[in-house]
Amino acid sequence: MNAVGVESVWKFYGDYPALRNVSLSAAPGACLALIGRNGAGKTTLLRTIAGFSRPGKGKIAIFGNSPRDTATRRLMGFIGHGISVYDELSALENLMLFGKLYGLADPKKTALEWLERTGLDRVKDGLVREFSRGMRQRLAVARAFLHSPKVLLLDEPFTALDDRAIAVLQRLLHEALSEGKTIVMSTHQLREALELATHVALLNRGQVAFHGPRTAEMVADPGWVYARYGEG
Amino acid sequence: MMAFVRQVLVIMAKDLRAELRTKEAINASLSFALVVLLLFSFAFDPSEETTREISGGLLWIVFAFAGTLLLNRSFARELNNDCLDALISAPISGAALFLGKALANYVLVLAVELIALPLFGVFYNVRWTSQFWQLMMVIALATWGMTVTGTMFSALTVNIRLREVMLPILNFPILIPALLGAMQLTSALVAGKPIAADNDAWLKMLIGFDVMYTAVSVFLVETVLVGG
Repeated sequence: MNAVGVESVWKFYGDYPALRNVSLSAAPGACLALIGRNGAGKTTLLRTIAGFSRPGKGKIAIFGNSPRDTATRRLMGFIGHGISVYDELSALENLMLFGKLYGLADPKKTALEWLERTGLDRVKDGLVREFSRGMRQRLAVARAFLHSPKVLLLDEPFTALDDRAIAVLQRLLHEALSEGKTIVMSTHQLREALELATHVALLNRGQVAFHGPRTAEMVADPGWVYARYGEG
Repeated sequence: MMAFVRQVLVIMAKDLRAELRTKEAINASLSFALVVLLLFSFAFDPSEETTREISGGLLWIVFAFAGTLLLNRSFARELNNDCLDALISAPISGAALFLGKALANYVLVLAVELIALPLFGVFYNVRWTSQFWQLMMVIALATWGMTVTGTMFSALTVNIRLREVMLPILNFPILIPALLGAMQLTSALVAGKPIAADNDAWLKMLIGFDVMYTAVSVFLVETVLVGG
């Protein structure tokens, strides 16, 4: 069974089809890099997979179940464009909040562990609004990984991260892959993405122009997929 | 069931903590209520008898507009940093999210009303406490109705740029029956008349309004947040 399955999905904004008959999949333990130009539909696809909106037509399945099932949501971790943590709460309060919502056995212990893993343990009681951008991003990473999700959905995860946050995220993603977790990430940072990816999907105007395993050509020349299958 | 209640309480506690840290909405709401009460008392200088007659209308207009300032922030608060995404992707039902937010709003709106009420008595020189517990019951029921519909429309308008305008435009027409009932009962209770056979239909209507809109909101909130 695929960890992530997308079957003939269409998504409309008004009359405009942002996704056109998209079909792709990611097996457990795979890392699928979604690439494409701005407006190709990467974010729309990831948000639909995450269950933030329903597809107009077609079917999304996470381990065979709808992404809106409560049990399925427990399996997913999402990092979007925003950091999705509250400025008015402390780092510890934020992680404990999500720990409680995900039903963790000991939200405080888990939150403290993740604050330590992301290098935020010394500022655990500081309000997020007082954090630097890099600290906020590391907290966002901790929030997404807090409940040990089996499927990680990452929307341009390396964009605007500082060096330390990139290092933290790369280490966590490598660990996640070694533990058999599945990653689907959209990205413009082809070098970072192709280093991790086992598979690549190129979206072009809402359609899948290429979907297949990462090859040596792609690693050697990150622009190769665009040149071969994209608009050039 | 226990997990559901726990999720409701977690969301409620989060919203209350966030609001009490910033005091953005509660300060605006409280200031608005006090200024309107003060301005009306200067503008009309009503006698005690007139005040008793208009008390229901005056108080509930103030409560409704002051409450809207609080309710507007309910889901709008989640737009900062895309926090709504994190809540929608968490394994909690839309109903738990909605009820947690509605309860937090209820506490805040009630707090503003309970501060404004004694000040109404002072500004208008009216003794409003003769039917104290019945008045509290009416305020509790009407405020829940206002909070439930307001929280629902706050969710519905969260992605609209003019949401501050849209919320009262959508919410007040729906609220008319509840506000009418609350105004009638409040005027009678402030005048010292207890709820009796001649006006208990308003009380039943308030209870019915609360039950119906709570059920409809809980049923529809998932569709409102994620789409059909």
